[in-house]
Amino acid sequence: MSTFVYMTRCDGCGHCVDICPSDIMHIDKVTRRAVNIEPNMCWECYSCVKACPNDAIDARGYADFAPMGHSVRVLRDEEKGTISWKIKFRNGNEKNFESPITTKPWGKYIPKLADGEMPTKEDIESQNLYSEPLGLNIDTGLPNMEKMKFKIGVYY
Amino acid sequence: MLATNPFAELAKSIPSIAIQLFIITMILLVFIGTLLDILHKKNVKYFFQNAKKAKKQAKKILASGEKTSIIFKTIGSDILTTAELGAGKRRVAHLLGMYGTIIFWVSSAVMIFGYSSSNTITPSYLPFLWHFGALMTCLGGYWFWFFLRVDVAAEAHPWYRLIQADLFVLSLVITSTLGLIWSFLQSSNIAGWDILFLALFGLSNLVLFGGVYWSKFAHMFYKPGAAIQKNLAKADGSRDNLPTPSNKPKQFGLGIKREAPKHY
Repeated sequence: MSTFVYMTRCDGCGHCVDICPSDIMHIDKVTRRAVNIEPNMCWECYSCVKACPNDAIDARGYADFAPMGHSVRVLRDEEKGTISWKIKFRNGNEKNFESPITTKPWGKYIPKLADGEMPTKEDIESQNLYSEPLGLNIDTGLPNMEKMKFKIGVYY
Repeated sequence: MLATNPFAELAKSIPSIAIQLFIITMILLVFIGTLLDILHKKNVKYFFQNAKKAKKQAKKILASGEKTSIIFKTIGSDILTTAELGAGKRRVAHLLGMYGTIIFWVSSAVMIFGYSSSNTITPSYLPFLWHFGALMTCLGGYWFWFFLRVDVAAEAHPWYRLIQADLFVLSLVITSTLGLIWSFLQSSNIAGWDILFLALFGLSNLVLFGGVYWSKFAHMFYKPGAAIQKNLAKADGSRDNLPTPSNKPKQFGLGIKREAPKHY
């Protein structure tokens, strides 16, 4: 469920622009308020929802999950590690859900980038991401597919 | 320069009634621009629709005493000290610009309507307030323009990239700057240049007050209403449709307790 901004609640602080990993939260040229410029590229990570100090960002529910005319609002509580959902259907019915954000203890399993080794020039120029391939737990390394083989078949 | 009423000096060459008519025209332009803005965006209609919806979702009915106290609290924190912007630089810059502009405009009006004729003596604090207000506006405005503007701070655009949303802030700081330069040139008796900068000062005023329909000028009328509505919705339990805060224990580790990110 991609996110969108209520421009009346937004004060244009830019936190969502800073935090969006997909770089799709931008500032509108006329109103200087945040806007999701490409909802279909949204990762649904809700970083912007959590970062917004004015609760101005909502999720747009999928049609099979809630028919049109509904509202889905999200509230993330970092301290308790919970995410609360309030779905209001167009006939006024409400559904409230609350679930843990993660079952891992807070602050653990977060890569300590500053303590790690400095990447070499080869690491930086490599296609691998941080901690790859070690972090993927693949002893044989990343799968490699020949270019010609890739062209066989139909890809969607 | 700081103790001279520039409008009294100007009234020696232009009839003071012409300056007063200019101010009245500017006020009318703001009124018409805001009205057109309301009619075009339908934002006031949306605001009242939203307020009605919030009233239906209210968990409790607020007594008039409670409502009054919320309104006064909102005026004190959200409106007079722009608490919405948190405790960061953005708030300081906004306060400088806001109060600078109010002081600049009010002292302009008082000097033009009360002390622009040749037989009146302007109290020395009024020109001082006029210059001080313009300086405050410039300080807050340029700080915002060069460093704090979200386009620069978060979007990483260069400061010289202009968009429609800049019309208000830019015309506001340019008006104050040109006003200060004109006052300086006038008090230094630099003939010719003071007329040029007076014309530019008048033109920038026309852009600022005549561009209300296209600029963000009218936000100063809408924001107070929106802040009151937001705080009333918080108090009556409708909470802008937000889920109720979690009442779960801290079962997922120690938890992160940090202040809300309001430091821009």
